[in-house]
Amino acid sequence: MSEKEMPLWEVFIRPRNGLAHKHAGSVHAWDAEMALQAARDVYTRRGEGTSIWVVQSAQIVASDPNAAEELFDPTADKIYRHPTFYKIPEEVGHM
Amino acid sequence: MVFAKPPADREEAQRLALLELADDHLVLSQRLGEWCGHAPTLEEDLALTNLALDLLGTARTLYATVAEREGRGRSEDDLAMLRVEREYRNLLLVERPNGDFAHTIARQLFFAAFMRPFWERALGSGDEVVRGVAGKALKEMRYHVRHAGEWTVRLGDGTEESHRRMQAAIEALRPYLDELFVSSEAAKVAEEEGILPVRAEIRPEWEETVAEVFDKAGLTMPEWPHPRLGGREGLHGEELGHLLAELQYLQRAYPGAQW
Repeated sequence: MSEKEMPLWEVFIRPRNGLAHKHAGSVHAWDAEMALQAARDVYTRRGEGTSIWVVQSAQIVASDPNAAEELFDPTADKIYRHPTFYKIPEEVGHM
Repeated sequence: MVFAKPPADREEAQRLALLELADDHLVLSQRLGEWCGHAPTLEEDLALTNLALDLLGTARTLYATVAEREGRGRSEDDLAMLRVEREYRNLLLVERPNGDFAHTIARQLFFAAFMRPFWERALGSGDEVVRGVAGKALKEMRYHVRHAGEWTVRLGDGTEESHRRMQAAIEALRPYLDELFVSSEAAKVAEEEGILPVRAEIRPEWEETVAEVFDKAGLTMPEWPHPRLGGREGLHGEELGHLLAELQYLQRAYPGAQW
């Protein structure tokens, strides 16, 4: 049994209720249940979590790094998409 | 020769009963710690040492309690590190060598499947410290049963080789299982006083837990008519001496060292 033959799983941890699960790292495991256990043992040793998600790394569809320019650069000049772009009249008060 | 003496009175018996439990947890913790840097995968390396630290935490509280109650100026470290082999009262099961991964997992399942219902019952103990330990240890033992149980199923129901090794581990440990359900003279006093649960009464639940795992894993529990006993009287296998030599080395070489 070597780690190289075992499927890789991505681990997501939610630190507290109300917060989103965040990517924490990855573990090797043969199946989902063992991946959950491994994630618990590797990534929640210091009280980091209240919930764990694991998903097989192979199941994640990722964007192509070579397509980064066409995907992400066009947003650079659209500053009006940020709320701070707009001035709020005094009369409106606190929003 | 120094050896594990029977209790002189009921007070001492109750302390010794806690000491037995502390020794079980310390010795098994040390065994699991031996996997550090050697487990089959990095994930399991961390998992086994996590389990070890759970057990060590329980041992520490119990040693500190015994040390305080006996009032002889000994500390938890003195009890853990400075006794000789024959003074340790742990079960023979927990001192069994790690063997292969299957041996370690089987030993863990057998121990945790006992301690889970033990601590569950101990939540109603007449001793405040025992109740406190039980609350924490019960959660830990639930996870130990789950961890070892899931592995047992995967090894038992895995490849031909993993099945063979898992079954071999069960057979190798089988002689040491009956001792789990035997109460020493000291433990009997603690049980009469309502401090600790009656060990023999835990057997049906233990058997149910183990049988459930074995069913899924396709493993069988052999009959064994000749139980190995003696751990509670300090009669240990040779292996405990080697374990203690490593455990105690630092305190023996540098007495009183702290970190």
